[in-house]
Amino acid sequence: MTTHAAASTPLGFGSMRRKEDARFLRGAGRYLDDIVLPGMLHAAILRSPYAHARIVSVDTSAAEAHPKVEAVITGETLAGLGLAWMPTLSHDVQAVLATDKVRFQGQEVAFVVAEDRYAARDALGLIEVEYEPLPAVVDATHALDPDAPVIRDDLHRTDNHIFDWEAGDAAATDEVFSRADVVAECDLLYPRSHPAPMETCGSIASMDPVSGKLTVHTTTQAPHAHRTVYALVAGIPEHKIQVIAPDIGGGFGNKVGIYPGYVCAVVGSIVTGRPVKWVEDRSENLMSTSFARDYHMHGEIAATKDGTLLGVRVKVLADHGAFNGTAQPSKLPAGLFHVFSGSYDLRAAHCSVTGVYTNKCPGGVAYACSFRITEAVYLIERLVDVLARDQGWDPAELRMKNLIRPEQFPYRTALGWEYDSGNYPKTLRTALDLAGYAELRREQAEKRARGELMGIGVSFFTEAVGAGPRKHMDILGLGMADGAELRVHPTGKAVLRLSCMTQGQGHQTTFAQIVAEELGISPDDVEVVQGDTDQTPFGLGTYGSRSTPVSGAATALVARKVRERARIVASAMLEVAPSDLEFVKGRFEVRGDPAASASMAEIAMAAHSALELPEGVEGHLDATCVYNPPNLTYPCGAYVCVVDVDPGTGQVTVRRFVAVDDCGVRINPMVVEGQIHGGLADGIGMALMEALAFDPDGNHLGASFMDYLLPTALECPSWELGETVTPSPHHPIGAKGVGESATVGSPPAVVNAVLDAIGVRHADMPLTPAQVWRAMQGRPLRTDLSVT
Amino acid sequence: MQVPAQFEYERATSVAHAVALLQRYGPESRLLAGGHSLIPMMKLRLANPETLIDINGLDELRTISLEGGELRLGALVRHAELMASAVAGEHFPMFRDAERVIADPVVRNRGTVGGSLCQADPNEDLSAVFTALRAVAVIEGVDGRRTVPVREFHVGPYQTVVGDTEILVEIRVSVRPGGGSAYTKVERRAGDWAVAAAGAALWLEGERVADVGLGLTAVGADHFGAPQAEEFLRGAPATEENFAEAGRIAAEHCRPVADQRGPEDYKRHLAGELTARSLRRAAARARGREA
Repeated sequence: MTTHAAASTPLGFGSMRRKEDARFLRGAGRYLDDIVLPGMLHAAILRSPYAHARIVSVDTSAAEAHPKVEAVITGETLAGLGLAWMPTLSHDVQAVLATDKVRFQGQEVAFVVAEDRYAARDALGLIEVEYEPLPAVVDATHALDPDAPVIRDDLHRTDNHIFDWEAGDAAATDEVFSRADVVAECDLLYPRSHPAPMETCGSIASMDPVSGKLTVHTTTQAPHAHRTVYALVAGIPEHKIQVIAPDIGGGFGNKVGIYPGYVCAVVGSIVTGRPVKWVEDRSENLMSTSFARDYHMHGEIAATKDGTLLGVRVKVLADHGAFNGTAQPSKLPAGLFHVFSGSYDLRAAHCSVTGVYTNKCPGGVAYACSFRITEAVYLIERLVDVLARDQGWDPAELRMKNLIRPEQFPYRTALGWEYDSGNYPKTLRTALDLAGYAELRREQAEKRARGELMGIGVSFFTEAVGAGPRKHMDILGLGMADGAELRVHPTGKAVLRLSCMTQGQGHQTTFAQIVAEELGISPDDVEVVQGDTDQTPFGLGTYGSRSTPVSGAATALVARKVRERARIVASAMLEVAPSDLEFVKGRFEVRGDPAASASMAEIAMAAHSALELPEGVEGHLDATCVYNPPNLTYPCGAYVCVVDVDPGTGQVTVRRFVAVDDCGVRINPMVVEGQIHGGLADGIGMALMEALAFDPDGNHLGASFMDYLLPTALECPSWELGETVTPSPHHPIGAKGVGESATVGSPPAVVNAVLDAIGVRHADMPLTPAQVWRAMQGRPLRTDLSVT
Repeated sequence: MQVPAQFEYERATSVAHAVALLQRYGPESRLLAGGHSLIPMMKLRLANPETLIDINGLDELRTISLEGGELRLGALVRHAELMASAVAGEHFPMFRDAERVIADPVVRNRGTVGGSLCQADPNEDLSAVFTALRAVAVIEGVDGRRTVPVREFHVGPYQTVVGDTEILVEIRVSVRPGGGSAYTKVERRAGDWAVAAAGAALWLEGERVADVGLGLTAVGADHFGAPQAEEFLRGAPATEENFAEAGRIAAEHCRPVADQRGPEDYKRHLAGELTARSLRRAAARARGREA
């Protein structure tokens, strides 16, 4: 494992220990469930045991009679307030509490507010709900069958169809395929998975009846978006809503949207006049909060007989669950999936995506997937391997031959994206060299001759992160630009206020480093404030690896504004023209007379002092900025995974994992490597063990950590990391974004390695021992359904 | 956070006291040992005992000793203690094989040998280990102690012969020379329950199998056993072919059920494969060729 020494504090970019760690490592983090407000009540949610059933009656009288119960809220209660349904992030509606039907197992039916958590849970058992069970739509491939039960009769639908969407040039793509020497096709399922952050979701709503102000402490990656949505849904004036995200124990997209429990907590506080805390338990998190993936893909790739890739086309059936609650830019119902032409110079590409309702939990983008780039990269990287296998080509060579060349940047893809920068062949070469690819292939051949199964998997990914340009991307009509405010106090210490929200990414450190780089002060002298909407500027939050590309750019630019103000103040202090000053390592020096200079701290004091400032220049030292990204940033990476497979049991051991990432300029290499380590572990989880399956009745088969497996250190090899650095040309500091790179890039590397080991063309994830063994028998399992 | 329903709590100060408490609180009371199955079940409200009788203070149930040619394991011996025990590991290396793959260190530090047996989860590992070793369970009640062969201890999933007012106090295993043992498990991930597992204890006379015990986990084997395979091997040459055939017989007689850990055919395949592997390793150990 490569490691960067992280001892001293750099005055800018470089590995330094995370400022937040002293607090977290001492157990002094303050998470939602640590917060206790005076008079606070506790809530619990009654959930549907059925995947699809009509609600005949709900009797809450016994629960209401419980001595510690303060309120029982049902769908009927909410309907009276006009709050039984709430908008989703995809222009659909979702039941807050069910009124007519339940549409997935675990759906919210009633909300109990009580003196303590135990009483709230006990009271759930006192609520009597009569259900009339209905047949459930479980297998997405049958959701559009003519006789499929209709899930969304509330919308007067007559089938389970949500949308059809396409991208690329269908005719041009068909033309390329018709003239291609070779075509490989493959059906691939990217199974439904779950972000499963260590901290589950929750909220404390506190409506102050005197001031009329609603304060919501909540586990959110996007506090400002939450505030606006509360205003729109509940009709509370937005200036009377304060959303506060405390420390967040992991998000991975799970904490972007608003869940019914949050709305119920608000209603509960209004009804009782007291703060109401609701925190879901692990099973609730796995059953009812935003899932990820669930893409059934039929992909095809076309090439010439000499191994030049020509085009890709894909048909996707997207399982969106019972309500279309996907979190993504409004105009893009498949998110950014249409980067699936990947890292290759293709003539044409086309996709058509059909979204369907099923009797499963809503959600859809969560889990570090960069708005469905995870699915896109898996598709192309599997297709390339399938083609290579069919034709007897080396998969690494095939990739190298077809990668977009450095001189082609900025590169416009067949699907309309403009990749900003990269040196793909160099990145792949670095990874292959680090892995010792040729030597590995020799070792594999020797082992195979002895009956041992060893596999080598390669993947190359291009990410598209930093959503996004306002004219192209919005969520619920809110543009995806981020604000930043920087204030330098009289003594030269600074406070930076941001709209994004860390969930473990290390923002307290890395954003302070950006300010430090621009102002030449220590990162230790910069306080980063996030999460409290009353204290921070507007912006859409942290997900999709957008913090560094968007808020990071805003931070650099706001710091530069402050620096230019400091120049004017310094010019008054030193009695020279601003243009005569040079900024050197945190000081403004008079050109040609470096002895005449002022430090940022001296300038800050002067800016707040009685010093006469030039006409039209205000005092103090601060600035604000809103950054509207001109384009996304496009990190890339090349991964090589080496596995050993036990031929008698199908067990996979990941022996080595080489990851070469190019995320542009690295603000804090140690933090970047930590992000990559986490994403690689995620990829091993996806590839080998994680999936949410459902039985024919729609029962959720992964509702605990005994059933939904997350990888542990024992499944992870010692990571071997490398890097190339191709700065983003349009980002102020050349940074890209890296949060999801490894999650996006690693699953196909692991899958390619396992299938390479067992000599099988394709089998769907997760490649559990059973799936590997069945794949070796030529009978792989459907991993989205119950195993029979 | 998942929270259990209300319950009463008593702390036993001796085995006799625990038995008396069981009598007082009746069948809706449960003994609390390591609690790593019971407490989660209570939090999920799958178990709702009215009273918990905590026996963690009964130090007399925490010993591991070699007495009268028997290895004696107190019911409250923690998994971690069994894994670390030199005497248990020396005579029966399969204990270490199994304990290494039972759950994780946190669970092993607290979970107990007796608790595992009494929970009687069909996927639990030690039941197969003790089955292979033909261990004997010592159960204490109002009328004193009785012994039950482990092969008669389980009467079904989550059901044992231990009565409502009885406590499992000890497990005994005869120590015989010339033996080797091994346990092999396939899991989807470290700490997961077994997809399938097999344990084998083998005693050799020369190159012949003098005696053999087999135990199977998570494949629906009657009493966790594979008696037909044992019958086949007993007296037969300790060869690779015979181990494979014993595996085939074991696989034929078990009744695995498909779940998300694997389909029936795969689990049946594993029953055979893992039986053969454990036999191979047990034989190597009996021959002193592997630690």
